[in-house]
Amino acid sequence: MPDAAATPHTEPDTWWAVRLAGLRKTFGTGAGAVHAVDGVDLDIADGEFFSMLGPSGSGKTTVLRMIAGFELPTAGTVRLGGADVTALAPFQRDVNTVFQDYALFPHMSVLDNVGYGLRVKGVRRAERRVRAGEALEAVRLPGYGDRKPSQLSGGQRQRVALARALVNRPRVLLLDEPLGALDLKLREQMQIELKSIQRDVGITFVFVTHDQEEALTMSDRVAVFHQGRVEQVGPPAQVYERPRTAFVAGFVGTSNLLHPDAARAVLGRDGTFSIRPEKLRVVEAGAALAGGEVAADGVVREVVYAGANTRLVVALDAGDELVAVQQNRRESAADVAALRGQRVRLAWRAEHAFELTHAPTPENTDPQAPTSGSGSEPGPSGATHASPR
Amino acid sequence: MDPGVDPDQGLTRRRRPRAVVRVSGFLHRHPLVRLLGLLSAPMLWLVVAYLGSLALMFAAALWSVDSFTGNLIRVPTLDNLRTLITQDVYRTVALRSLAVAASVTVVDAMIALPMAFYLAKVASPGTQRLLVAAVLTPLWASYLVKAYAWRTMLANDGVLSWALRPFGTSGPDFGVVTTGITLGYLWLPFMILPIFAGLQRLPDSLLEASADLGASAGWTFRSVVLPLVFPSIVAGSIFTFSLSLGDYIAVKIVGGSTQLFANIIYDSIAGGTNPPFAAAAALFPVLAVLLYLALIRRTGALENL
Repeated sequence: MPDAAATPHTEPDTWWAVRLAGLRKTFGTGAGAVHAVDGVDLDIADGEFFSMLGPSGSGKTTVLRMIAGFELPTAGTVRLGGADVTALAPFQRDVNTVFQDYALFPHMSVLDNVGYGLRVKGVRRAERRVRAGEALEAVRLPGYGDRKPSQLSGGQRQRVALARALVNRPRVLLLDEPLGALDLKLREQMQIELKSIQRDVGITFVFVTHDQEEALTMSDRVAVFHQGRVEQVGPPAQVYERPRTAFVAGFVGTSNLLHPDAARAVLGRDGTFSIRPEKLRVVEAGAALAGGEVAADGVVREVVYAGANTRLVVALDAGDELVAVQQNRRESAADVAALRGQRVRLAWRAEHAFELTHAPTPENTDPQAPTSGSGSEPGPSGATHASPR
Repeated sequence: MDPGVDPDQGLTRRRRPRAVVRVSGFLHRHPLVRLLGLLSAPMLWLVVAYLGSLALMFAAALWSVDSFTGNLIRVPTLDNLRTLITQDVYRTVALRSLAVAASVTVVDAMIALPMAFYLAKVASPGTQRLLVAAVLTPLWASYLVKAYAWRTMLANDGVLSWALRPFGTSGPDFGVVTTGITLGYLWLPFMILPIFAGLQRLPDSLLEASADLGASAGWTFRSVVLPLVFPSIVAGSIFTFSLSLGDYIAVKIVGGSTQLFANIIYDSIAGGTNPPFAAAAALFPVLAVLLYLALIRRTGALENL
């Protein structure tokens, strides 16, 4: 998949499925104005599975609604396949949306729901039935055409909504947290199916979610939203392994931050560094290091046993706290609990700690923990509590 | 129990009188008695005051009046009904009444739909509150005041004619059209409110989904909004239709020489001349409304109310 950062923007405009330039959306006026989207530039390639990830209120859904045409941008342009559609109504755009609440028409059968877009376009009844039937097969729901939406389960409704959008073969499919209403098992199953359906049909998917795991597992590229802006865009591995900002480090996975003081003591370098918990090796205090490793000593402050693995919160002598995740290969719950209060050494390969380009500020240190804001507490413990779901 | 010690340290509420406890316990053990106690008052009202009077009316329709003494003759006869069916004047007035009721319903629905849509889907919360109050306020004003207001506006020398005079035309004057306008105004809130409620239950995402799938506003209205608020329109139409059919005051104020069917009923009673004939005539609006409800029921709209 093309990487926006690596691809020079010399491609013709039509090469991109979606191009957003200087997009802004302000709700209200004067002192009460809310800048929901505050200058977003994004290029989404044809055939890409692109995720917009962020907490609620970060502007990701508003961006999606501006692509669909439900909201008019305050400033900036939306281009679809090279054409400027900023001022066009939703029904004039070659995009379709899968809504969070599915928005199936309750008075129509499943087949009529799926065939709605075709009927609007004037496709004849016989052909409509065939194509709607095919779309239902594509979402693994054949033979459900005669039912009413109220007779379907949540997961089935979600598939009908998907079929209803896909049958029109839009240039871009917009999905607004479509898996949010499903239970965990079904959600995991639908993640895999959505991805394989996208591969089959080859349509560009723009997927809005607040679930970092969902974004990482399904996407070709992820854009992380924060306070109406895009903090980072890149392939999942890059966003996870090389977060550019403290916010991205904290929102996409557990944030382990070494702040300047600790970094100077442990790494001998200035700046703020991020290390993913699973990269940390927990060994006995003072144990020897392998080549290329660096280490920090500390005391285990908390032990969280989670079945498959155990999370250790280690208070470093240098001042920060780090979370380490260990697989429970041999240990039992009793073994790991005994680690509490013990002195340990955390070791990691030097290249796994990398510097954030934007130093954390109180407002963007951590998106989830209420104790965020390194200025308010002696140790920046807030960041280490941010947990992956 | 030792009276000096509070065993639960004041945690329970004050003890209730023994008799209350005993009655409550009895009712708890006898659900049928409980149900009877709950429903006896409304049932009494429904059966005696409402169905009873209706039955009495049916019976009275078969009586007659001695044309010489004016006394009631309580002997069943079909004379009243025969007169109503065979005389042309009654058929004409009945058809006119049906036409007025149907027109009022259609016009009200056509005015109420866009208004309710604006209220439910477009207006800001503040504007919405203000407009809902504006729709409701006329319901608190006296019927006569409203009818006379329309009389002032639509009379031959009224406001509308005055405004239209420079264009070389005039208002409708008193008559069946003016009656229709007045009734349409009087019952409009009864049409707006159910449609407003129905549209509020309609998720915005359905409208967005329709637009997203390529439908224009008109198409969305026809194939999504209209079918989904149809039950609400029907609910409103029950009010506008039956209220129009039973009205005899507005037509007296703004109808000129026009007669509606309710006038026949009223005149037969108010003149004191022939109550049995009034009862027989009253069967017509009752049957018309029942027929209307039966028709609606066939559409399945009543289940969605």
